[in-house]
Amino acid sequence: MVTLQINNQSVTVPEGTSILEAAKSIGVKIPTLCNFEKHEAKGACRVCLVDVEGARAPIASCAMPVNAGMKVQTNTKSIREARKFVLEMLLSEHDGDCKVCDRNEDCELQALAFEMGIKTIRYEGEKTYKHIDDSTPALVRDSGKCIKCRRCVTACAEIQGVGSLFPQGRGFQSIIGPAFGDDLNTVACVQCGQCGAICPVGAIVEKDHIQGVWAALDDNTKTVVVQTAPAVRAALGELFDYEPGTRVTGKMTSALRELGFNAVFDTNFTADLTIIEEGMELLSRLKNVLVDKKPAALPQFTSCSPGWINFVEFYYPQFIDNVSTCKSPQQMFGALAKTYYAQKIGIKPEDMVVVSIMPCTAKKYEAQRPEMATNGIPDVDYVLTTRELGRMIKQAGIDFRNLPDGEMDAPMGIGSGAADIFANSGGVMEAAIRTVYEIVTGRELPMEQLHVEPLMGLKGLKKASLTITGTVPAWSFLEGVEVKVGVAHSLSNARLLMEAIKQGETFHFIEVMTCPGGCISGGGQPRFTDDSVREKRIKAIYDEDEAKTLRKSHENPQITEIYKEFLGEPLGKKSHHLLHTHYHLKDDLKSDK
Amino acid sequence: METKKNLNPELDHLLDDLMNYLDEIITQSKDKPGALIPLLQEVQKKYGYLPKIAIKKISHDLNIPFTEVAGVVGFYSFFSTTPKGKNVIRVCQGTACYVRGGNELLSAVKSKLKIDVGGTTKDQKFSLETGRCFGVCGLAPVMTINDEVVQRAKPSNVGEILKQVKE
Repeated sequence: MVTLQINNQSVTVPEGTSILEAAKSIGVKIPTLCNFEKHEAKGACRVCLVDVEGARAPIASCAMPVNAGMKVQTNTKSIREARKFVLEMLLSEHDGDCKVCDRNEDCELQALAFEMGIKTIRYEGEKTYKHIDDSTPALVRDSGKCIKCRRCVTACAEIQGVGSLFPQGRGFQSIIGPAFGDDLNTVACVQCGQCGAICPVGAIVEKDHIQGVWAALDDNTKTVVVQTAPAVRAALGELFDYEPGTRVTGKMTSALRELGFNAVFDTNFTADLTIIEEGMELLSRLKNVLVDKKPAALPQFTSCSPGWINFVEFYYPQFIDNVSTCKSPQQMFGALAKTYYAQKIGIKPEDMVVVSIMPCTAKKYEAQRPEMATNGIPDVDYVLTTRELGRMIKQAGIDFRNLPDGEMDAPMGIGSGAADIFANSGGVMEAAIRTVYEIVTGRELPMEQLHVEPLMGLKGLKKASLTITGTVPAWSFLEGVEVKVGVAHSLSNARLLMEAIKQGETFHFIEVMTCPGGCISGGGQPRFTDDSVREKRIKAIYDEDEAKTLRKSHENPQITEIYKEFLGEPLGKKSHHLLHTHYHLKDDLKSDK
Repeated sequence: METKKNLNPELDHLLDDLMNYLDEIITQSKDKPGALIPLLQEVQKKYGYLPKIAIKKISHDLNIPFTEVAGVVGFYSFFSTTPKGKNVIRVCQGTACYVRGGNELLSAVKSKLKIDVGGTTKDQKFSLETGRCFGVCGLAPVMTINDEVVQRAKPSNVGEILKQVKE
């Protein structure tokens, strides 16, 4: 431990702590535009200047570790002026117009300029090179707004292990971007949007679908249905000044109805369906290997997270058969809305518009994949991020906080608690185990609150094993089998898991969620998300699960109904046509990274 | 690495040669720390520039993201991703040359050759680059043509200087 003085106050922190972190621990805020969470300080923005006694110049506090006896001042006239000057330099290059910027609501640069009392732009210098890159379905990059803080470089390389963004060129001409300043579609970007989630300015944002959704809602010839992913309800409230982790399921439902959607449904419904289909797929793969001695790709990989699918296609194409053939819950929902539900209400699929509310940017990409269409009609037409939904609610003048709690519509509006936990890392696996264990043994999973403890929480790589005993006759081949599962979130952890599999470590089922902690901190969620926010949203999701009496996917009455009325049986012909797909290898030039 | 499509069509006739050469030099230095820059230097030395396909292969074999390798290539002015002309002209933009007219000299060369910095003339005879100090500040402003230094170069003489360069 090291003791130092900050603003004449004594503070003791572990060795290696930065001055910025030490100050934070005693409630002294030092502004920064580049530092975030526990990632190595880059010292890129230079806003976090402090005065250290004996130093010849102000010091960037994020990158300076504390020393014993150090005397730090954070609020002197010269420090205030130095920080202001640095910010004015950033503003002089920044090619943005706050009035019409996507980040007008939550821009860190704008907030800091206000906080520092900058009233005029004193230096009108040359602007940063401006190029709008809208080459991908999910993200839009505006190099002119970039302040070169490099947070996105860290997120892409260190959190996701992808490395599609890096400084290109040098000096004033340098930009942060894909190789040689080309567009994102020329590199192996998985479109997770974690870059945009931590960008302090409007340099990386999601592609706007709001205009398309308004147009659909305004078109009287269209029936517009909406589905909401479980992670949205644990975060949407933050856009209306609720504490992180406040569940707003009922208000969200009412808001969607007020926006004019003809039916408000739940992606949880198809999450439950995913568990049935994907669980049966796993059992059939196990049966192939253990009983029929036929080849089957094991471990089976979950397929809910489109960034993860991209990652497998780009970086581990030899494992493509391991990916479950199940479409994601978003896509299953779209496929069923335009067949099952359209038939029920007697309209043609081309007259229906399916809108998804997702915590995710990659879902925008997923929705337009050629595999994700039925008879040439896309399953899902528009994907709004949680942030975009928040904006639409505000545009419509809806008083969100005073809305009554609404209920979702039938026949695709009921979801079990098992579907709720699809929102966080370990949740899909737990949901699958709740159902598969009961199918195989005829008994409920013997765990407290039905939770698989080792798979919960923010640890990057989690493993569990379960020896199956007391099987029912149909599944007796699993008697005594030790089923091994692995769970990873953030693609850098997925890479560790994949390398372990390549080295021969045995697993039967793997769950990967692309984003840190799972969908609850997806690239489309309210900013700014750190581990404390993640934990609160995860808790909200488990609370939502535990508050329900319906906790298991196979007990969802609407699921029973859809098999009886429409689908027939799990993995049946209709399921294969509507709910399953096959992924393809990507353009090899990108696959090589 | 399987590569079905060539990013540099001008290399079609020597693609196998390039790939074999890369295999050889990458195997030699792959596990050494800091292998990237020396590898890039070797390729540039042999081929005169860094074909994208070579960068891609180096990135793949060294397990460094393509975007990051591209960032390294773009950072050092020594590296080039476009084929060079027969003669490389470098005009010094270091402090001493700059104050003695290095910038005007550069403008004169640009307008004479009708190319920008980093460009190559249509007839492949000249490429133009800038440098930051060649270590002969007493002779400022200087430019080099290949390995030869032209001292106290004047914008008005540029035409004459270039005329003397071999075909």
